[in-house]
Order: sequence, then structure tokens, then C-alpha cells
Amino acid sequence: MPARAREGHLEVRALVALLALAAQLALAAEEPVRLDSAPIDPRDVASLQSGARSFVNYCLNCHSAAMMRYHKLLDLGLTEQQVKDNLLFTADKIGELMNVAMTRKDAKEWLGTAPPDLSVIARARGPDWLYTYMRSFYRDPESATGWNNMVFERVAMPHVLWTLSGQQVQVERKFRNMEQAEAIGRPQKNAWKIDVLTPDQAGKDGERFILKTIRTETAGSLSQIDYDIMVRDLVNFMTWMSEPNQLTRKQVGYVVLLVLLVLLVLSYLLYKEFWKDVR
Amino acid sequence: MAAAEKQAVTGAGPFNGLLTWIDQRFPLMETWRSHLSEYYAPKNFNFWYYFGSLALFVLVIQIVTGIFLTMNYKPDAAQAFASVEYIMREVPWGWWIRYMHSTGASFFFICVYLHMFRAMLYGSYRKPRELLWIFGMLIFLCLMAEAFFGYLLPWGQMSYWGAQVIVNLFDAIPVIGPDLAIWIRGDFVVSDATLNRFFAYHVIAVPLALLALVVAHLLALHEVGSSNPDGVEIKNVKDPKTGRPLDGIPFHPYYTVKDTFGVVVFLIVFSIVVFFAPEAGGYFLEQNNFIPADPLKTPEHIAPVWYFTPYYSILRATTDEFVLWVLAPGVVAFALLLVWSLKKRATRIAVGVTAIVLLAGLLKLDAKVWGVVLMGTSVMIFFFLPWLDRSPVRSIRYKGPITKTALALFVIVFFVLGYLGTESVTEERTLAAQIGTAVYFLFFFLMPWYSKMDKCLPEPERVTSK
Amino acid sequence: MSDQSSVNRSRRSLVIASACAGGAAAVATAVPFAASMLPSERAEALGAPVEADIGQLNPGEKMTVEWRGQPVWILHRTKEMLEEIKRTDAKVADPKSERKKGELTPEYARNEYRSIKPEYLVVVGICSHLGCSPQDRLKAGPEAFESQWTGGFYCPCHGSLFDLAGRVYKNKPAPDNLKVPPYTYLSDTRILIGEDKKGA
Repeated sequence: MPARAREGHLEVRALVALLALAAQLALAAEEPVRLDSAPIDPRDVASLQSGARSFVNYCLNCHSAAMMRYHKLLDLGLTEQQVKDNLLFTADKIGELMNVAMTRKDAKEWLGTAPPDLSVIARARGPDWLYTYMRSFYRDPESATGWNNMVFERVAMPHVLWTLSGQQVQVERKFRNMEQAEAIGRPQKNAWKIDVLTPDQAGKDGERFILKTIRTETAGSLSQIDYDIMVRDLVNFMTWMSEPNQLTRKQVGYVVLLVLLVLLVLSYLLYKEFWKDVR
Repeated sequence: MAAAEKQAVTGAGPFNGLLTWIDQRFPLMETWRSHLSEYYAPKNFNFWYYFGSLALFVLVIQIVTGIFLTMNYKPDAAQAFASVEYIMREVPWGWWIRYMHSTGASFFFICVYLHMFRAMLYGSYRKPRELLWIFGMLIFLCLMAEAFFGYLLPWGQMSYWGAQVIVNLFDAIPVIGPDLAIWIRGDFVVSDATLNRFFAYHVIAVPLALLALVVAHLLALHEVGSSNPDGVEIKNVKDPKTGRPLDGIPFHPYYTVKDTFGVVVFLIVFSIVVFFAPEAGGYFLEQNNFIPADPLKTPEHIAPVWYFTPYYSILRATTDEFVLWVLAPGVVAFALLLVWSLKKRATRIAVGVTAIVLLAGLLKLDAKVWGVVLMGTSVMIFFFLPWLDRSPVRSIRYKGPITKTALALFVIVFFVLGYLGTESVTEERTLAAQIGTAVYFLFFFLMPWYSKMDKCLPEPERVTSK
Repeated sequence: MSDQSSVNRSRRSLVIASACAGGAAAVATAVPFAASMLPSERAEALGAPVEADIGQLNPGEKMTVEWRGQPVWILHRTKEMLEEIKRTDAKVADPKSERKKGELTPEYARNEYRSIKPEYLVVVGICSHLGCSPQDRLKAGPEAFESQWTGGFYCPCHGSLFDLAGRVYKNKPAPDNLKVPPYTYLSDTRILIGEDKKGA
């Protein structure tokens, strides 16, 4: 009885450790992936504009951003003419919403599932998840699209940007302990994760920790760094798009706090003045 | 008594005439005097006494922002989610109104929990304030209902599945459960019908009940007068000439001014959240709720909003094992304790019979049912505090070490249960939640004994300045 | 005694200062709430200027375009129609469109034909009485409501009459001429309704 309890305890501990690390991945696939921190800067207007261009060129074919109006793109420092010339893809007028021509019914038929609307995806998944996701596709001959994704197992989305990123494959390596696996995994430039097997599943050699990484097999039109920058800009834009009023919100916040500070001083003096009478 | 003999209003400058005209036709000055300028409150209110007025302030914020949100929100399953984003992006200042409402909901609970804790600290629920406490508990129930109905409205994944899970709890009730759940939903699953009626409850039904209860709460308070950190009755020591409590000060201007200061401090904290961290790390606005509701896809990790998590923890902790090894023996032990303490034969028999019935139920019915019962009891037990607390003194300041330890343990357990409710289920966490649940209920059920036998300090006659 | 009054004076000035600051903050807080009731971006987008293609509009024909939920008429007037307009000067209540100039008749329409180009009348097709949409009675000739009818519009709700420049007849329920919306020519065949040259 004690030996079994100890084993179960170890399993639970590993599980708890993994789950703790994956706290924000409530939505991800079964095993947690170490997410890369998205190096986005919401004040970098050039990055946002570049991201906007990537978004309308690559994403709006299948995904809608139905709560986003083209007109709002003017907040990125673009003129109406610039938006009309370069970014007005799925609508005629700049006042329209970023809808997509494909209906949900058609999408289900053609793609198996309707691509989700991306208006607030960055608030639902987080920029880190998006950044890692777009850089975690790899070739998988067994999947329907020919692609799979380390962050989102068996995702129905094909690797739309593959001409830019090149083609990647997944590489597996087995280790006996977590630290060894992590030591190889951590310096990876792409996504990586560690699957943990139970001692029964691991077999005789006892190598329970499977490190999965991504290796580029065929180069794309962009170098790794340039692709990462492109994805960064795209994620930056999507983060902005999920809450376009973010900057205004903070600016107003500073003013409000300032006013409240003044009121704090006045109300405190008033309080002290009246309470001189008491006691 | 006769209205015609009322004195003219003075001290209002150019408004004297108008106010006198009103006062002759409406109990204006009487109300002003009895509730503000001549309502005497203890002079030793401390930090814990801000939260009543702050809770009222948050109620006002919620109503005002709620009205403006209702101008643009669409209570239709196909349009709800998008209408919220419409408010966030396209309605001028819509984002501010929305964030104030979502932050206000959480702050309402923070203020109310601290307000209730004050009552537990200083015995504010003791006689003659039992009814005041009951009104307050009813407000708390309404508040929970209001938050629950309101949370469905954004129609996100969390909204949908949270509502689904909670309404399914009613399903667990024996015999009438399934039909009751359908009646509540208006459909076989949470749907547009449910959304529409929850909108009606949230926007008008519960707010009306809340307003009525808040008025009752304040009237009950003013009838008996406020308690204070020392737990002494200021009305016991009055000035022989004026008849006013010696340790009392008129609410206006002293507490109007002090509460104004409190409101400003509150607004600073509130604004920091609204403008700089409205999601509050996913606790005030959950990440999952930015995904539109999908009846076909359950999220991996359903958790209620933070203010419901302690009770949710208790619900999940009630497993078959818990029922068998903790609840059943607990019922037996408690029944024995009662029988030993109570002397009347009739009561002893009643206790015995109840215990046997409960035991039968525990062994027969699903743990699921008992989970719901325990969750409900964990809230309803608060109603009984005025009668569970048998200490000779009111305030924690003069209570003994047992009570102080018990209260401290309760607070710790409340936080731990709350935290556990936000996390997914594991063996260890379930065990922790079960221990927490046991401590939680023991705090209440053993109170009649430990509050009585605790070694207390003598209560002072006059308030102290601590 | 002086101590008392000095305490009261400082107290009072503090109360006044706080009340002013608080009042200002309250007003500042109320402004965004009131502003939220203004047309949202969606309303603005839906109320954006509308383009009308008049290339296919023959003389004597009228087309209707929707702008901000209202019908806007574009009437291609013939030479005869333009002549008729001069003859109705005496019959209309406000021949020079002087009433509510700023509201009803922009500068470029303050001429005898109430339009930028005489051939095209652009007016909002809503009767200035109680909001019904008048019917076309473009041909001259005797009518039940007017034996010497020279062409224009007849409102069926309460019998108001408008001439071919949208001017209201005397002694009719409607008080004002038909409103000329802001508009401008993008080209000879395209009119932009809702915006005039200044970019209003």
C-alpha cells in the first residue's frame, strides 16, 4: 500500500507542477506548452501598421473580425486614403465592419469547423499564446490539413504563413528526468514542450520525459528572425484590436487619479476640521 | 403634531421659504433630523465602519452605469456578445461605463464581505439588531442573485457554462429537480429564453428588491442605533439635560464628512482598477469570457467568479467519501452534543429523530445533492449568527482566546476555500477543501458552546478610543 | 469671540472649496455619460455620406436615395420644369427660401432653382408638416387640389403642396420648404449626399 501511495503521490506532484506552470493555459490542448513571451510594444505604431497589413492580407480570408470597424484603423496613424488603398479588403466602405465573405455554414463544410472571430482573441488567449501559436506549426502527414500545431493539438487551421516561415517538423527526444529535458528545451527559439509519461507507459529504459521541439526543414521566404518580427507585429496588432481604446483608457486614468488626489487632500482637511469638535 | 404648527425652516438662506413650503406638506425636516442631523452615532467608528456607506455608493454606481449599459446592450443570444463589444468600441465612453460596471460588481462584494466581517468582529448582529442583520443577509442573497443573473448577459463561454452548471444544481433536487430546472431556464438548456429572462431579473426585478431591502436595512439601523467597536450601547449613558447619548455624535456633519473622505479613498482604488487593470488578472473579467458562448464546447476549466468561489469549493468538496466519513459522523457527534446540552425531553427526542432522518438521507441520496445542500447551508447559516453567538460580550475586543482563534481560523479558511474554488480539481486540493469545509461549519455549529465558555474581559461602560 | 469666527471662517472656506471641487468633479463625471448618448461610431458609419449615380437619370425622371434613414430625391428637371418654377413664385409662401436659411437651404442652394446645378433638384423628401413623404405630381395640368397646377409634389396626409424647387405653397399645413441636404458633385454623374464641398 505505501509504495503505491508514494507513486501516486509523485504523479500528482508532477501533475500539480505542470498545471501550476500552465495556469493561464486553461484553453490550450491537453499538455501545457511553455509559452514564449510576446515582445510586443503597444506604442510602436509602425509595428501596429505592419501587423494590420499582415492581418487583412492573411487572416481576413477565413477569419472575421466582425466587431472591428475599418474606420478604427485611423487610430493607428493612417489616413482614410491609406486604409482604402491598402487595407479595405472585405468591404466597400471604410465605415464597415471587418466581416468575412464565407458564411459559418460554408466554413463548417469546407474546413470542418468555423474559424473563430478574431476581434477579441488576444483577450481570450493572451498575446503570449498567439505569439507562440503562430510559430508552432509543423508538418504532420497524419492530419487533415497536413499541419499540426504544438500549442493547439490537431488544430483545424492550416499553416497559412508557411510560405514565409518555411516548413517545420516536430522532433522528439526522450530523457530520464525533467531537468535534462528542460535544459535542452529552454534555449529553443521555437515552441517546445515536455510530455510526461507514467512509469508504466515509459517502458524499461525509464525515460519518461519526452521533449518535443520544432526544427526547420525547408526555409521560407523570411528568415527566422524576420518571421518572428512579422508574427510579433501581427500579435501586436491583434492585441491592439482586441481593445482599441486601451491607450485612451490609461491616459484618462492618469487625469482621473490626479483629480482624485486633489479631492483626497480637500476631503481629508474637511474631515479633520469638523472632527476637531469631537472628544 | 399639527402640520400647521410646524416651525419655519431656518438656516438655509434663500431656500428657507421653499423648504418651509415643502416641509408643511412632506416630512422633510423630520426626516432630515431623525436620519441625519439628530441621528446620533457612536463617536468611535473605525476603519471597518466605512464599508456600509461604500456599499451604498457602489450600488448607486451599478445602477447608473447599468442604466447606460442597457441603452446599448442587446439581450439576444445572437447579438449579446457583439453588443458588449459595440459598447466597448463604438459608444462614446462606452468602455469606461462597462469597466465601471464590471469592476463595481467585484467591489460590491469586497465592500459587502468587509461590512459583514465588521459585524462579526463587533457583534453588530446581537440583540436588538437581529432584524437589521436579517435584512442585511437578505440583501446579500439578492446581491448574489443579481451577480449570477448579470454574469450571463455578456454571453461568453464562462457566462454560458457557469449558468448551465448552477441551474443544473437545481436539477439535483430529488423529485422536482429536472422540471424545476427547465422552468428556470425556459428551455432544455441555457438558451436565448434564459438570457432574456435573466436580463429582466437583473435589470429590474432584483434591483427593486435590493432597493426595498436597503431602505428597510437603514430604517432598522436607525431604529436601534448603530453598534460600535466596543460593543457597548451608547444609548445607555445619556446626557440628563438633552437626552442625547454622551458617546454619540450627530451623523451630519461628522459622518457625512468622514464618509466623503472614505468615498474619495475608495474612488482612488476603484479608478486604479478601472483604468489600469480592469481585468484584474482574469479575476474581474475572465479570459474565457472573451470567447462567445458555444453550447457545443465546454471549456476545460469552469470556475465561478471569485466572490462565489468559497461556496463553490464547499460544493466540490462534498464527495461520497466526505459524506460518509465526515458528514455522517458529524451529524451523529453533533446530535450527541445537543442531547447532552439540552435538558428538555421533547427537544432531545426531536434532535434524535432529525439526526436519524439526516443520516438516512446522507446514506441514501447522492453526494451531489448534499453538495448543493452544504453549499446552500454555508450561506444560510449566517442568518443564525445572532442566536449562535452566546457570548456575554459583543465585541471581539473583549472576547476570549477561543473566539479569537475561531474567527481567525474562519477567515483563513474562507480565503483558502476561495482560492481553491478558482483552481481545477486535484486530490490534494479536494482534501484541503474538505478540511476547510469542516472548519467553516464547525465555526458556526460549535459557536453556542465556545462563545459561552470562553473567558471574556469585562465590557466598558463608555466607548474607548482605540 | 474672534477665535470662534476665525474657526468658522476657515471651516466655511474649506467647505466651499471642497464643494466646488466636488461639484466640478461631479459635472466632469456626468459629461461622459451624456456623451455616450450621442451617435456612436456605428451610427456615424451608417449615417455616412451616400453616393448617387445620376448618369442614367433622364430628364423628367426622379430617383430616391436613402441617407440617414431619410429619402433624398434627385429630380432631373427639364427646361419646361425650370420655366414653371418662375411662374410659381407668387403661389409659394417663401419664394426666396429665407425662412430658417441655415437649416433648410445651404448657401449654394439659395438661388431661384434651390440647387447647385439647375437641372438637378436634390431635396429631402419629407413634408415639413408632420413628416409624411409627398407624392410625385411632376406633370403640369389641372389637378383636384389645384386647377392651375404647374408640377411639383403633393402630400397626401394633409394636402400640403410643393413646387418643382421644393418650395411650399401658401396657406397649406406645411410651414417650410423641403430641406436641401448638404451635397456636392463628385463628377458630372456622381453626387455625394451628406457632405458639401467644405467637407461638413
